[in-house]
This record gives sequence, C-alpha cells and structure tokens, in this order.
Amino acid sequence: MIESITVLLICQLVGEVVARASGLPLPGPVIGMAILFAGLLVRGGIPEPLHQTTRSILEHLSLLFVPAGVGVMLYLPLIADQWLPIVTAVIVGTLVTIAITAWIMRAMLKLERDGERTGAGQ
Amino acid sequence: MNDGLQEIWVYLSTTPLLGLTITLCAYVLGYRLYRKCRFNPLVNPVLIAVLLLVPLLLVSDTPYSRYFDGAQFVHFMLGPATVALAIPLYRYFHLVRRSAPAIGVALVCGSITAVLSAVGIAWLLGASRETLLSLAPKSVTTPVAMGIAEQIGGLPSLTAVLVILSGITGAVLGTGTLNLIRVRDWRARGIAMGVASHGIGTARAFNVNELAGAFSSLAMGLNALATAVLVPALIAILT
Repeated sequence: MIESITVLLICQLVGEVVARASGLPLPGPVIGMAILFAGLLVRGGIPEPLHQTTRSILEHLSLLFVPAGVGVMLYLPLIADQWLPIVTAVIVGTLVTIAITAWIMRAMLKLERDGERTGAGQ
Repeated sequence: MNDGLQEIWVYLSTTPLLGLTITLCAYVLGYRLYRKCRFNPLVNPVLIAVLLLVPLLLVSDTPYSRYFDGAQFVHFMLGPATVALAIPLYRYFHLVRRSAPAIGVALVCGSITAVLSAVGIAWLLGASRETLLSLAPKSVTTPVAMGIAEQIGGLPSLTAVLVILSGITGAVLGTGTLNLIRVRDWRARGIAMGVASHGIGTARAFNVNELAGAFSSLAMGLNALATAVLVPALIAILT
C-alpha cells in the first residue's frame, strides 16, 4: 500500500511540474493521471497492490470533496443577492448538460454499432 | 469542572485533530445512511456531511480556516485519488479506444452545452456580467475552473462554489435525469456525469458501476481541457 501511494504521489508530482512548465490548462493531478496511464500501457498491466489501494480510495472518493463542500459556507453571501439566477442556472444547466451529453453519446454509440454491422456484412 | 471543559475545548480547537475527526465522522454517518438506502442518489454522502458540518461550525463559532487545518489532510488526498483514476481507465481502455470518435463528439457537445446552458439561463434571469462569467466554467474540476474564471474576468472564489454545487447537483439528481431519458448504457451515463459534474459526479458513478466511473473520469479530464479552450473562444465570439 505504501508503495502504491508512493507511485501515485510521484505521478502527481511529475504532473505538477509538467503543468507548470508547459502552461497546459490542466491541473497537475490530471496530467499525473495521464502519466500513470501511459506507465500502465508501457508495463502492460496493473500491479495487484496498486489495484487494491486504488479500489479502496475510489470507493470513498466522495469523502475527499467534503472539506471543499464545507467551504461553500464562506461564500454563501456572494450568492445571496443573485441566488435565483445562480441556483436555477446551476441546477437546470447541470441537468440539461447531463441529459444532452448522455443522449448524444447514446446516439453516437448506436451509429458506431450500425457502422460495425454494415462493415461486418461487407 | 466547567473550566476544565473550557480548557479541553481550547486545546482541541487549536489542533488539526478535531477538524479531521469531525470530517470523517460526518462522512461515515453519511455513507452509512447512503448504503442503508441502497445507494439512493438523493442520500448523497457529501451533501449529508456538509449539511452536518456547516451548522456545527456555525454553532461552535469555528472559522472555516481553523476547520480546514484538520480537513486539509482529507482534501490533500484529492490529488493522488485523481491520479488513481488512471487504473479504471486502463482497465476499460479497449472500450474507450473503440468508441473514441463517439466520446469526442459527446464531449465537445456536452462541454458547449454546459457553458451555454448555465450562462444562458442566468442571463435570462438577469444575473450580472461578473456572475455570468463566473458561471461559464462551472462544470469543470475546481483548479481549472478557477483559472478560466480569472482569465475571462469572473470571480474565481464564486466559481469554486458553483463548481461544488454543480457537482452535488449532478450526483444527487443525475441518476434520476438519466433514468428519465432512458439512457441505460454505462458508457453514456459515465460520460454525461463526468462532463457535467466533474469529480463529485465521478464519485457517484463509481458507487453505481465501475465502467461508468471509468468513462466519467475520462470525461472529467478531457472536459477540463475542452472547456479551457472553448470558454475564452466563446466569450470572444459573444462579446
């Protein structure tokens, strides 16, 4: 488990360095994710301890958002005088985005399936 | 006796132990309730923990900064956890590669929808220019969203709140929305959650299905990139 966490931290660290050096609009951990992903591709498999550590972290990924969530209390006054447009935009906008994205993805996957079917028939 | 209690409180309120412990306690309570309700999205553990902690801090007159002295240890783990998303992504890479064009199209459309729907609705309801600009990157993971807000003249701290609220909205109401429009494919459900609700939506996706979680992680990462490119371009066109 210690080795797995060390691997994750090294990838994050390299990711932070790359983010700052390259000026890419991506946070260090996201670049770190890409680095670890590339590493797994090169290695050709997931080491079992890394798999287990990851599973326990990701099962409780929600926990990690609690401190930032509590931070909302600091900024509630910022929302107070325009709460109606803000709350409506956040709730309706987010749900519309989920619906449209899922719908387009489903349509694209269907196209892909149909394409494969005609391709196989030829 | 009262003095003794006072002394203990003074001691505890200055150590990070208290903030860390109440964060975990609130989450464990929330998670148990969530599990008991068979992972019903309305019983979201982040939401429950926040609703328990905020009143507690207000009643005990604890400033957020002191709470965060302890909670930062949990917050810090967001970095390594994000890196760890590479593992589910690797496991399902064969599916990602096969559907790369579909993912690309859904991602770009979703990214544009996220920006335009939020800004459009708030504009119709009379929000100020600064609020509109702060809303534009709301579906992207926090550090990127704050960077975009700063770049286009929004308020980064307001954006940070909107990002969290968008995440919680998707985690709590996203499942219902997807069921309503009858999208059952885990890949489509995952992409939608990741585009609209970044990490908090991804956390929810992992509770339901690992394939959905993997696609949600991918969408979260790619949407950060897409929005960072799209928003400044859209702003330039619209203004």
